[in-house]
Amino acid sequence: MSKTVPVLIASIVGCLMIVAYFSPPLLPARQMAEDWFTIVATIAIFLGGANLCLHHLKKISDREAGWGFSAVTLISFAITIAVGLLKIGVVPESEQQIKLAWSGPFQQEGSGFWWIYQYLFSPIVSTMFALLAFYVASAAFRAFRAKNLEAILLLITALIVLVGQTRDREITSLFLPPPAEGTPPYVPIADLTEFIRKTFVTAGQRAIMIGIALGVVATSLRILLGLDRSYLGGDE
Amino acid sequence: MDFHSRSAGEKEFITMSDKSSGKPSMDSFSFSVSHQWFGTGLMRLTMTTVGVLVFLLALPTLTFAEEIADSTKPIVWFDTGKTAFALLTFAICATVIICTELARRGKPFYVRPIAGLLAMEEAVGRATEMGKPILFVPGIEDIKEIDTVAGLMVLSSVAKMAAEYDTPLEVPTSRALVMTAAREAVQAAALAAGRPDYYNEDRIHYITDEQFGYVASVCGWMYREKPAACFFLGKFFAESLFLAEAGNAVGAIQIAGTAETTQLPFFVAACDYTLLGEELFAASAYLSGEPAQLGMLKGQDFGKLGAIVLVILGCMLATWDSISPRGKNAEGQNLPRRSQWITDTVLKGG
Repeated sequence: MSKTVPVLIASIVGCLMIVAYFSPPLLPARQMAEDWFTIVATIAIFLGGANLCLHHLKKISDREAGWGFSAVTLISFAITIAVGLLKIGVVPESEQQIKLAWSGPFQQEGSGFWWIYQYLFSPIVSTMFALLAFYVASAAFRAFRAKNLEAILLLITALIVLVGQTRDREITSLFLPPPAEGTPPYVPIADLTEFIRKTFVTAGQRAIMIGIALGVVATSLRILLGLDRSYLGGDE
Repeated sequence: MDFHSRSAGEKEFITMSDKSSGKPSMDSFSFSVSHQWFGTGLMRLTMTTVGVLVFLLALPTLTFAEEIADSTKPIVWFDTGKTAFALLTFAICATVIICTELARRGKPFYVRPIAGLLAMEEAVGRATEMGKPILFVPGIEDIKEIDTVAGLMVLSSVAKMAAEYDTPLEVPTSRALVMTAAREAVQAAALAAGRPDYYNEDRIHYITDEQFGYVASVCGWMYREKPAACFFLGKFFAESLFLAEAGNAVGAIQIAGTAETTQLPFFVAACDYTLLGEELFAASAYLSGEPAQLGMLKGQDFGKLGAIVLVILGCMLATWDSISPRGKNAEGQNLPRRSQWITDTVLKGG
């Protein structure tokens, strides 16, 4: 039973979403189903927060590897929630409002929450994102090893696209003399890059996307018809 | 004709019968439902749930219909501009369902082997031999994404294998709802493997919704615990390469799969096996080995065949368009290409 009801809900709402795409009067019902999901997902934040606390408290109490990070996580979590909920540093925005911190938005510029976001969270995220460049370099180093014909072709193509993306026209034009007045500039590597991206890459991506679309249809049918319940824990 | 139940006490049925003759009429239509099942609270609860759902979904529809009725415009129940797309959807769905039914009736279908899926047991076995844990990441999106659902379906199979070998399986999630679903899937897999004690809910936990916070936590865990096998199956964005490179650095065998075409090259470059797009959706059916689900894969293949035919026809039409003279409209302007009409009007629904 604990599986039957969720499957029924998934089937009914899934069918509704499909039918509503073709039938305009059903659009409000579709919107309502989407709103329900948002409500459920919002409530689940409490579940996630509780799990986060329990998980890290257990790690600290068991002195597991990296328990210090758990302590940092919990302290940061508590401080951020407190600063956000208590609206520390928030000032009333206009004369009409009650002159209490609660009357301003918690993300107000200059507030404690805004400060945490601006000067702690944002730099940390930027730092993480910046690391991606190094990961791309190390992955490219392995992928472009010219060990066989396919790898050599991949390496040559990658080099063309890489050089073609640069903005240095002297490199991308292969040091050719500038074109005569009135004629369009010819930039061999940049043009070749565009040709590769628009022709080969687009063709390959579209082939994959057609396969994905069909895969989505088949998977959706498996879910709507209740054939595959493994995502709910399978049959009882 | 009415519905009546037989006397209480005996094995009861609800039978569709003809009141006047007292005999069962329309034998072919007469049906019986076990009262034992129908009468249970579970069934009533199911029916109530369905009723409530239908009512709540119908309510805004009826309200909308009333609003329309007030105006001069008639209610349009079907958007005719989307007819071609609706027919295409119907044809694909019908093909998939027919193939499923054929497979159920015993028709054998050949499904091509997928290297990444064949390697899953090898990856779990390797982790068992090395005495190290397995990492499973079901993407960073919520359960409403079909990629996440596909990832959870595969998780069920991986968890069953891991339970059979008694190898720890770590499932960090970035959404609380995904965590709940993953727990259900792993618990059921442990039961199916005959190892209910294997299930440890502490290993399936929520980290954060924030993309890079999640990555930092998972990568940190990977560097500390050094898992022997990593599975990345779901919806991924920029974090794909972080995870795959971290797995590579700790020497784990890695199997990844996503429907995000922009992330596939990263997985291909950094992982041992990659499930490309549709293979991710086929994985669960493939691993289940059930005829009905394998039949669906065959239906998917027929859909692909149809797409190939349409692509070839489209290419031929576009070529013909480019070499044949085009007609002119009343104002003397060139008429749009036929292939353009198909793209804009038929496929995009106007």
